[in-house]
Amino acid sequence: MLVFGLAVVLNRNPVASALSLVVCFLGLAALFMSLNAFFVGIIQILVYAGAVMVLFLFIIMLLDLHAEKLRRINWVATAGGLAVAIIFLVQVLSVIGRFEPARQAFPALSASAGDDVRGIGIRLFESYNLPFQIIGVLVLVATIGVVVLSKRELK
Amino acid sequence: MITLGDYLTVSALLFTIGFAGVMLRRNIIIILMCLELMLNAANLSLVAFSRFQVQPDGTSNYDAQVFVFFIITVAAAEVAVGLAIIVALFRARQTTHVEDIATLKF
Repeated sequence: MLVFGLAVVLNRNPVASALSLVVCFLGLAALFMSLNAFFVGIIQILVYAGAVMVLFLFIIMLLDLHAEKLRRINWVATAGGLAVAIIFLVQVLSVIGRFEPARQAFPALSASAGDDVRGIGIRLFESYNLPFQIIGVLVLVATIGVVVLSKRELK
Repeated sequence: MITLGDYLTVSALLFTIGFAGVMLRRNIIIILMCLELMLNAANLSLVAFSRFQVQPDGTSNYDAQVFVFFIITVAAAEVAVGLAIIVALFRARQTTHVEDIATLKF
């Protein structure tokens, strides 16, 4: 999964990048399912590997992008970006290394726990009902925004 | 034995890959894809913590998974709006290279 994540960044051709991202998301969904989060894994495959990536590929094909031609690389900016990323990684890894619970294995789930879709659904419609409806309004606003942005010209 | 730290390490690596992509790449569509990678790295650590904190009735902590659900929804909306902006930009300028779009740069 991490290899394909790297391929997203390193590929010069946007189509190859997008297809690597699909494989990366599928690997991530497998990790979710290994953590007993089946609902999130399925949503990951349906929404990301399905809808979002089809949208990306559609836009790449629509804009007819080819592999980028080699440009003069700004070495200072590249080195700076890499350095910031590496410093960030070292910091996070040192925090994880000092984090005591990170060395423990996962506690066992009870066998009669029921499925996670039921648990998430109950949380979603009881304690998180207001955020759920706000999210609905947000998606509506995004839909209207996309329609307005995609019109040929604004009158 | 797989520990919580292993999942957190994978999540940190994935986030760093996305972060490096945002910093290094100059194609605006690739930058959007790397943003998705970073959001997914955050989701992975949330789900790992949700599985780690087992509730008294023997289930995972579903609050984190509800939060992941919200993150996925917002990310999908964000991608739709971002791609619409990119299409509008491409119609105006015929480019997706960020260094060609520097009108607001001081």
